[in-house]
Amino acid sequence: MSFEPRILGIACNWCTYTGADLAGTTRLHYPQNVRVVRVMCSSRINPSFIFRAFQLGADGVLVGGCHPGDCHYNTGNLYARRRLATTKKILEFAGLEPGRLRVEWISASEGNKFAEVVEAFTTQIKNLGPQTKLKIPQ
Amino acid sequence: MSRIGVFVCHCGLNIAKTVRVSELAEFAATLPDVVIARDYKFMCSTPGQEMIQHDIKEYNLDRVIVTACSPLMHEKTFRKVIENAGLNQYLLTIVNIREQVSWVTSDVEEGTAKSKALLNGAVYRARLLAPLTSRVIDVNPDVMVIGAGIAGIQAALELANTGKKVYLVEKNSTIGGHMAQFDKTFPTLDCSACILTPKMDNVLQHKNITMLTYCEVTEVKGYVGNFDITIKQKARYVDHSKCNACLACTEKCPGKGVSEWDESLVKRKAIYIPFPQAVPQKPIIDKNSCTFFLKGKCRLCEKVCEQKAIDFEQQDTFIDVKVGAIIVAIGFDLMDTKPLVQYGYGKYPGVYNSLEVERLFNSAGPTAGKVTLRDGKEPKSIAILHCIGSRDKNYSEHCSRVCCMYSLKFAHLFKEKTSADVYQLYIDMRAAGKGYEEFYNRLSEENVKFIRGKGARVTESTEEPGRLIVEAEDTITSKFMKIPVDMVVLSPAIVPRAESRDIARLLNLSTDKQGFFMERHPKLAPLSTMSEGIFIAGVCQGPKDIPDTVAQALGAAAEALTIVVNDKMELEATTAMVNPASCCGCQNCVRVCPYGAPAFNYEKRVSEINEALCKGCGLCASVCPSSAIIARHFTNDQILAEMEGLMEF
Repeated sequence: MSFEPRILGIACNWCTYTGADLAGTTRLHYPQNVRVVRVMCSSRINPSFIFRAFQLGADGVLVGGCHPGDCHYNTGNLYARRRLATTKKILEFAGLEPGRLRVEWISASEGNKFAEVVEAFTTQIKNLGPQTKLKIPQ
Repeated sequence: MSRIGVFVCHCGLNIAKTVRVSELAEFAATLPDVVIARDYKFMCSTPGQEMIQHDIKEYNLDRVIVTACSPLMHEKTFRKVIENAGLNQYLLTIVNIREQVSWVTSDVEEGTAKSKALLNGAVYRARLLAPLTSRVIDVNPDVMVIGAGIAGIQAALELANTGKKVYLVEKNSTIGGHMAQFDKTFPTLDCSACILTPKMDNVLQHKNITMLTYCEVTEVKGYVGNFDITIKQKARYVDHSKCNACLACTEKCPGKGVSEWDESLVKRKAIYIPFPQAVPQKPIIDKNSCTFFLKGKCRLCEKVCEQKAIDFEQQDTFIDVKVGAIIVAIGFDLMDTKPLVQYGYGKYPGVYNSLEVERLFNSAGPTAGKVTLRDGKEPKSIAILHCIGSRDKNYSEHCSRVCCMYSLKFAHLFKEKTSADVYQLYIDMRAAGKGYEEFYNRLSEENVKFIRGKGARVTESTEEPGRLIVEAEDTITSKFMKIPVDMVVLSPAIVPRAESRDIARLLNLSTDKQGFFMERHPKLAPLSTMSEGIFIAGVCQGPKDIPDTVAQALGAAAEALTIVVNDKMELEATTAMVNPASCCGCQNCVRVCPYGAPAFNYEKRVSEINEALCKGCGLCASVCPSSAIIARHFTNDQILAEMEGLMEF
């Protein structure tokens, strides 16, 4: 059986989550490996959420927010951008392969971008194989 | 220990065809704390809602999970359902298995498996939910309307007639918008000015409307019910409180500027009103064409003004207003067709765009309604080219919707006013609207030559200088054509206003692929936006004709009224709070919050959050090093539990 990764998605309510809904209303098909948690703003994402996701066995984490400058809360995604860039470095320092955390800015009108990103990221994670570095054995 | 009820919706076959719904409900029943799990065809219908309410009582449920469409669709509906059954509305969880599962896969195995994982996450999260109390706030009864074209005017009048005070903000020196530039409107060919100018006058006279022309909104703070707005009154260099609209100044002025109103076809004075029926009838000075501003002397207008209204020292001023709701109706721009060099716009004087032609037809326009070319001659043959830049993947993919009809109107008016041969070059003739197909049929009998094929290129004739050659393929006969004409009319794509991006940022509006403002829901909330209390109307939402624009304006007025008609309203309870026992006093939250909601209490050495200002983004919670800030409904525990549930399957 081929490897089907489990990917955690964290999407902001106003842009990426709505964009993901739009992918649905326009019936764009994409792989079902990403399970999305909805937060109000990407700035809500604490780096510990991402570490925890990998501990729980996520093979990849996809974070989606509004485009910089378009944040529903004005500046939230700018904080998220900086924080997630640092998180990425820490994850790599901890030994995780680069490319397991992806941050994308997807607006409410970019349903096709959401589908494309999920497709590409799923393929990428499939190529990386199962994530074992940070996973806590059950 | 909680008592959870899970309700799986089939949504007809929308969900049921790719998710095995009964298997999902059986699976739900095995999850911790779930006491009842059911599936039903339409959970949002009355029987579905009654089923949920019945089960809440029957099984003494304290949490409800509805596994159905997106929370953006029906979260509010189901919150009401459980609240009416006595449960706190925040104890509801929605699992989105339609937009994010059944509609994005055709694989039943995958769809069912993902739904199970999402549902498991929801159960984990639901167990940690807490009841919350909605905040009740005072509502300011006034409304601001941005843009005073037909949409803004109609919305403002409607609201003002209900007794509400309206601030109507317009960036130009007159209200009226594009509709005031037109001569006739399709398909009835009634006179645009005759139906619009009385409304403009109503706005001027209405005691409940504050008309703010030559103004721009520069800052919007606050939230639904309580917006604090700063409006810039651009310097007019004429004191309108003194001006008696005699317009002697405009006669004497030697300055020459390009008339924006007449689409640059003619010159206007430096002190001017855009057109004779402008509202207000008071002039402004254009600094860029005024002799005094350019050369330091002249001041002729000042000399002739008996009212002493001219004020060269005038500065921009700022006005602060408070409103409860906002309607955005900023209209559209025509696409600039100069980059489409194949059509020769801006190169050949005989090539016009549609707004320029509207002005040529207008009896108050630069030619007093006579159709003449730039050299003063009457054209003997005219080609109207549809879909320039629209329905074109290289520029604007959308159909601009009104071009077919106004192009037919042009053809009729050309026939009426000249003896020219008129050609229509179209891709498809789109005549969907009341009386539109009939109008098309009527034009077919008016000796207009219809060619089904997009105009490909406009060149100058080598034999007859000044003559234009339109090249196209007639797709019915598959023949390549070269049509010699004197005049070419381009019907360019309707695109968002150049400043719509700034307005979107100012008001937190989303824009669609083309840049038009995005509605909250394309069908069920076409006038609402993602920002509560802000509504959109007219072409700024997408191309449409005048009847649709007016209908939207009336709808937006009604939507705004539903907010400002009440003294108080409920706001989401999903704000942040500080646990003083663990606050370390670092003030990170104070520094990052864009709304100034957290403030540091120096006496207690802890941060405190003003709930009225908090919008619930949760930023403060994630920068709090001691986890003292709790983002209600999105707490660390709730999010982590949901993640755990999602990753289990």
